[in-house]
Amino acid sequence: MIQQVKRYLNTQREAAPLAVFRVSFGLLMLASLIRFWSHGWIEKFYIAPSFHFTFYGFEWVRPFENYTYLLFAICALSTIMITIGYKYRLAIIIFFLSFTYIELMDKTMYLNHYYFISMLSFLMIFIPAGSYFSIDALQLSRKRAATPIQFVPRWTIDSIKLLLGIVYVYAGLAKLNSDWLVKAMPLKIWLPSKFDIPFIGDLLGQEWVHYAFSWFGAGYDLLIPFFLLWRKSRPFAFIMVIIFHVLTRVLFPIGMFPYVMIVSALIFFDVGFHKKIIYAFAKAVKYPQQLLETTQHYAPRNLNLAKASIVIVAIFFTVQLLLPWRYLAYPGELFWTEEGYRFSWRVMLMEKSGYAQFKIVDGVSGKRFYVDNTDFLTPLQEKQMSFQPDFILEYAHYLRDHFEGQGHQEVEVYVESYVALNGRLSTTYIDPKADLAQIEDSFAHKNWIIPFTDEIKGL
Amino acid sequence: MKKIFGIIAIALFFYACGSDDTTITTDDSGTGNTGNFDRSAMLTNWADNIIVPGYVDFNAKVNTLESATAAFTADASDLTAVRAAWLDAYTTWQRVSIFEIGPAETVNLRLNVNIYPANVTTIESNIDNGSYDFGLSSNRSAKGFPAIDYLLYGLGADETAILAVYNGAEGAAYKQYLNDVVADMKQLTVSVLSEWQGSYRAAFIENDGASATASTDRFVNDYIFYYEKFLRAGKMGIPGGVFSGNVEVGNLEALYAGNLSKELFLVGLDATQDFFNGKAYNTNAQGESLSSYLDELNAIKDGVDLNEIINSQFDVARASVSALGSFESELSQNPPSTFLESYNEVQRLVPLLKVDMVSAMSISIDFADADGD
Repeated sequence: MIQQVKRYLNTQREAAPLAVFRVSFGLLMLASLIRFWSHGWIEKFYIAPSFHFTFYGFEWVRPFENYTYLLFAICALSTIMITIGYKYRLAIIIFFLSFTYIELMDKTMYLNHYYFISMLSFLMIFIPAGSYFSIDALQLSRKRAATPIQFVPRWTIDSIKLLLGIVYVYAGLAKLNSDWLVKAMPLKIWLPSKFDIPFIGDLLGQEWVHYAFSWFGAGYDLLIPFFLLWRKSRPFAFIMVIIFHVLTRVLFPIGMFPYVMIVSALIFFDVGFHKKIIYAFAKAVKYPQQLLETTQHYAPRNLNLAKASIVIVAIFFTVQLLLPWRYLAYPGELFWTEEGYRFSWRVMLMEKSGYAQFKIVDGVSGKRFYVDNTDFLTPLQEKQMSFQPDFILEYAHYLRDHFEGQGHQEVEVYVESYVALNGRLSTTYIDPKADLAQIEDSFAHKNWIIPFTDEIKGL
Repeated sequence: MKKIFGIIAIALFFYACGSDDTTITTDDSGTGNTGNFDRSAMLTNWADNIIVPGYVDFNAKVNTLESATAAFTADASDLTAVRAAWLDAYTTWQRVSIFEIGPAETVNLRLNVNIYPANVTTIESNIDNGSYDFGLSSNRSAKGFPAIDYLLYGLGADETAILAVYNGAEGAAYKQYLNDVVADMKQLTVSVLSEWQGSYRAAFIENDGASATASTDRFVNDYIFYYEKFLRAGKMGIPGGVFSGNVEVGNLEALYAGNLSKELFLVGLDATQDFFNGKAYNTNAQGESLSSYLDELNAIKDGVDLNEIINSQFDVARASVSALGSFESELSQNPPSTFLESYNEVQRLVPLLKVDMVSAMSISIDFADADGD
């Protein structure tokens, strides 16, 4: 067993797939950042709001007012370096840090696919994706007359496949619940509202279509990594990847994610396929062909560092495999309490919306009044806050501090909130008698959430 | 084998996403699970049977107010007729105030005709100066229905005292101001009505898609915004001290005439419920509406009958407010507990509309332009 693992870790493969992956990843991330910038979202989401929702333990991560643009610029610069393969390791570290910092600035903006990018770029720090078909390789050959490598450890390519596989399979497992499979929720709510899409708009109101999409979606997520792995089914699977993600792009506002997934799926293809792409590119950019055929194998400069890398990647994957199950440690319905919901590849699973009205009570004078949320939050922040308990608590603390700052004393904060989940009638969400000003956030179960009145069976 | 599998799967897929040729018979009886609610029919009903007739009626009432004002300023001997015309127009206003979309949004009709309380200092200084630009936003609280309220009821302790102002040394200036306020309202109303009777109606109905900028989505947002901010908060919540902790009688609608704000509120509540049910203006005919849309969705979802729940909460809220004395008398209680209980019934509709209805229709509230996943 250990022998086999050792042998596997020492196996090397051609680096072409990593090079194609690196270039497309860099370009897509650059496009993604330009898109974000050009929509004015840096200003709108990070600079304009006076209050930001933070991640537990990352309260210190704050936007830098107008310098936030600089952060995005640094991040964009690193994507260019990644694309051309210039000082790759430095570039990918800068990208991971700056991109992750951006994502941590406001929890309102949390999306599974941003988290995916963060995790992927972290993994890429330990992958020698910059040593083939890159400026780094070019410089190496010129300066020291050394030959750039053509072969990299096999696990580095496989680890990207594994991460993609985890994303898909866990997303598929999350769909194995009664709302999704038996009630075709939330697609039954979402699809009919897309009636104005050309060609398929009329069909989207049909009940059987909701079920077909739900079941197909779950099956797709669970099986696609395996169909991509198997050489014979690969071309067909890749067509499905394209169709599936283009369709999700048409139906839902999910930004760059479909393109990222389509391009990432290329990693499953054979070396021959990637080399064709690289040779075509190399010709176009006049990259010397002899640097693409070297027979040189990857040898780590520092053996301890290489061993440490493998350990870190192993720990990384252990965490990835276990983290989505942490919800089992909490009582209550996951979709309702959202305790352990994030970072678990639960994608587009809920139509959840809420309404939260906060009551401020001055503990000394007994004076009480309600808060107009629009005084403090952006529409997006208010929307996200209204159905997620950790947002509600953080906002309640902000209100407590704000009104104590205004001279009110011993401020108590109560919330009257209603949440509707997957077509159920809204019900009270947070215990209206709980003084949120007194409650501290933690990883412990939030017993001030009113239990879910229905049952959702499944994983 | 592989090829066959692939071909079947792709064929299935294209069948599923079929073109228009793949006709699937749609059951329009409403019993089947079609889910293809005709938003265009709903928009047409809104425009032709509710919004445009509403503005036509309101415009007529403003015209009556204009002639009554002219008659009064010609011979300031009796306030009865002009006060009645004002109340009639003000009551009708409660039925059209909801429709702040398109032309009304362009001219900010609601902000221009019904910002209350009126700013008496600005009104008096405008009259003193004899020149004022009603186009300035700083003058919004010095015109419209609340300004007329002050000019017809607030200038003196009783009718004799008020008439004395109009017939006194400054009388001409007051008369002029009253006429100008009415003229400003008339001009705004005419512009909104003529847009609706012109090209806007077609544009409104044609925009029957499902995007954030489509008529249905925008209008539902405007409708809920009206209910929450102007009906619930403006007419009850703010004067009742819900947001400040102190009762603010001075923020009641129709402050100077007194004892009208409850009736005006109830007209507004009726208007929002009638709109919800697609009830034609001033008749009992019903067309496609938010309520029939919810019924249609319920047929697919097989869930709770949200339409019934919302309508019965409207009824509960109305019964509760109707049972109150005048808002003035209720707010003189300390604390005004009965008033606040009624407010809570009015408030209960907010989550039903803003969470349940909007979620069922998959309409996003206060459109946030961002990615999702």
